[in-house]
Amino acid sequence: MKLERSHLDWLESEAIFVLREVAGECANPVLFFSGGKDSLVLLRLAEKAFRPARFPFPLLHIDTGHNFPEVIEFRDRRAAELGERLVVRTVEDSMRRGSVRLRSADESRNAAQSVTLLEAIAELAFDAAIGGARRDEEKARAKERFFSFRDRSGGWEPRHQRPELWSLYNARVAAGEHVRVFPISNWTEPDIWQYIAREGLELPSLYYAHRRAVVRRNGVLVPVTPLTPPRAGERAEELTVRFRTVGDISCTCPVESVAANAGEIAAETAAARLTERGATRMDDRSSDASMERRKREGYF
Amino acid sequence: MLRFSTAGSVDDGKSTLIGRLLHDTRQVLEDQLAALARASARRGLDAPDLSLLTDGLEAEREQGITIDVAYRYFATPRRKFIVADTPGHEQYTRNMATGASTADVAVVLADVRKGLLPQSRRHLYIAHLLGIRHVVVAVNKMDLAGYSREAFEAVRAAFETFAAPLAIPDLRFVPVSALHGDLVVERGTRMDWYPGPALLELLETLEPAQNELALPLRFPVQLVQRRAEARAYLGRVASGAVRVGDEVVALPSARRAAVSGIRTLEGERGAALAGDSVALLLAGEIDIARGDLIAEAGRAPRPARSLAAKLVWLGEDPAAPDGSYLLKHATRTVPARIAAVDYRVDVETLGRHAPGPRIAMNDIVRVGLQAQQPVFCDPYLANRGTGAFILIDPLTNGTVAAGMIE
Repeated sequence: MKLERSHLDWLESEAIFVLREVAGECANPVLFFSGGKDSLVLLRLAEKAFRPARFPFPLLHIDTGHNFPEVIEFRDRRAAELGERLVVRTVEDSMRRGSVRLRSADESRNAAQSVTLLEAIAELAFDAAIGGARRDEEKARAKERFFSFRDRSGGWEPRHQRPELWSLYNARVAAGEHVRVFPISNWTEPDIWQYIAREGLELPSLYYAHRRAVVRRNGVLVPVTPLTPPRAGERAEELTVRFRTVGDISCTCPVESVAANAGEIAAETAAARLTERGATRMDDRSSDASMERRKREGYF
Repeated sequence: MLRFSTAGSVDDGKSTLIGRLLHDTRQVLEDQLAALARASARRGLDAPDLSLLTDGLEAEREQGITIDVAYRYFATPRRKFIVADTPGHEQYTRNMATGASTADVAVVLADVRKGLLPQSRRHLYIAHLLGIRHVVVAVNKMDLAGYSREAFEAVRAAFETFAAPLAIPDLRFVPVSALHGDLVVERGTRMDWYPGPALLELLETLEPAQNELALPLRFPVQLVQRRAEARAYLGRVASGAVRVGDEVVALPSARRAAVSGIRTLEGERGAALAGDSVALLLAGEIDIARGDLIAEAGRAPRPARSLAAKLVWLGEDPAAPDGSYLLKHATRTVPARIAAVDYRVDVETLGRHAPGPRIAMNDIVRVGLQAQQPVFCDPYLANRGTGAFILIDPLTNGTVAAGMIE
């Protein structure tokens, strides 16, 4: 009998345990699925937790309308392959309803996602929302519990988070409230890539090295897209890049890299000098407390 | 992999120590360093304040203290670490217990000039209470005591005297200067009189006492699936090991059966160990539901409705006399009430006091509980997985107490 368990085995088992606890304790859970790498890892973990049965929850994507087409196509294909139900709600719909108003046409929609997200949770009466957030991603996430209580307005108040000891998770909520659940809280970016490599998980091609037109701006590479054209005085170049993280086109930057598969990315990540968000997210730079404020407002 | 908690009062330099560990192992990445430099400059500091690396919430950054548990991750070529950075304030004892509950090792900080403070006693006791077998006392600020061996030994003696009744199996001491880095990651040359390893090397090589495989099988059932050939019981092995063919007993029914299969997504397995999430299949039709326990036949826990336990009161509101709570133990949640409060522990003297009129936040008390349905538990110090429970207030849904079965 194999006695050794790697840290990946331990992390995997912990995540499976958390997913099964959600199934056992929550009446109407949902899993956030964007087609991004962390949510793809979550799907794999859900397979490990529940197969041969169907997942005890649907998949939900809050679509900003500003995603890379490749990721959307991948999202749809993966959900169909798994035979699981995918629900999509869009920021555009919230804008039509008037609940989201953008100050300008090309403003980032990441903050607006919070509104659409809370509307979807209320509409479909979810009492638990599973997401792929990790504690190593950002300072305000370092203090997140596995089961994170959200009040009726969907807000996160650090002073009211429940103590969470051992593996005894308290998922109880009153009507209108919900918990956010983060099964991969203890995973780091290198863990994610090592797992993707180990499991042979398929990802959108954006994550791997490819040629792309970008402009250098403020120390990051901004992809040239119809939504993010070059500004006056900027010159587009074609570089070999990969996306460490994929999000809203208007705020996601690739990095220069020739890493063509998960194993190479895992090695590169272990040697990385910038955090995932630091190298790649234009919106996090505005203030140290950005994420904390967004969470108080109901963001992921 | 090693999980360790850090405990120390706000002035002992705990946050600086963690910052130093991250910084010297090159885990602090460039954008974090840049943000750190900006934040330090805004506070008028001329050197980066490493403690800012671990403080995260706005309120605490303004006040310069840590008010919640922050989980930090770093790895060396030898090992991956998860750090639970916990506050030193008395009012946040509950967060310290939280961080300690999943730790293999407790790193307790002391200021060499101040020695054994009331706060240190509290932290040592909580580490002991939460069943942490390995405690490393980092005697910090050695730079302010001239790196004196005598000063270090005096602090060590005081801690050892206090900790003697706790019988902590593995209690060690390392003199450090978190501010200057001596004996944290690098040895430096200023404390050559110290024969042991630097703190990081100690953490890299420490082997937590893993007696889990020797413990009896405990498999709390999370979910039941009806599969084509048999029902499958999904869960994670809490202690011990299980092999196909083993005889097990299901509680509460007390029916016995042989294990006919152990499955994961990858297929059939011959065995599962503590920590593995699997599906168990049993020969024969037994009625088993979520919350039941599958245990080693012959070494099964005794079902009990009367429980003696230590509680750490976590809730802001005091316990209601005769209040009804929900007791969550493994995967089982049952109504329970506190039938008797036997004594309150004075963590600074380790003495027992008569309980006050109500159990209040941060109190550590010994109680008798009465559960409406049986619970299948083990003493906490023998088996953390099946000796722990929480109390939930059904009105507020808050987690109000952490419990350890005696």
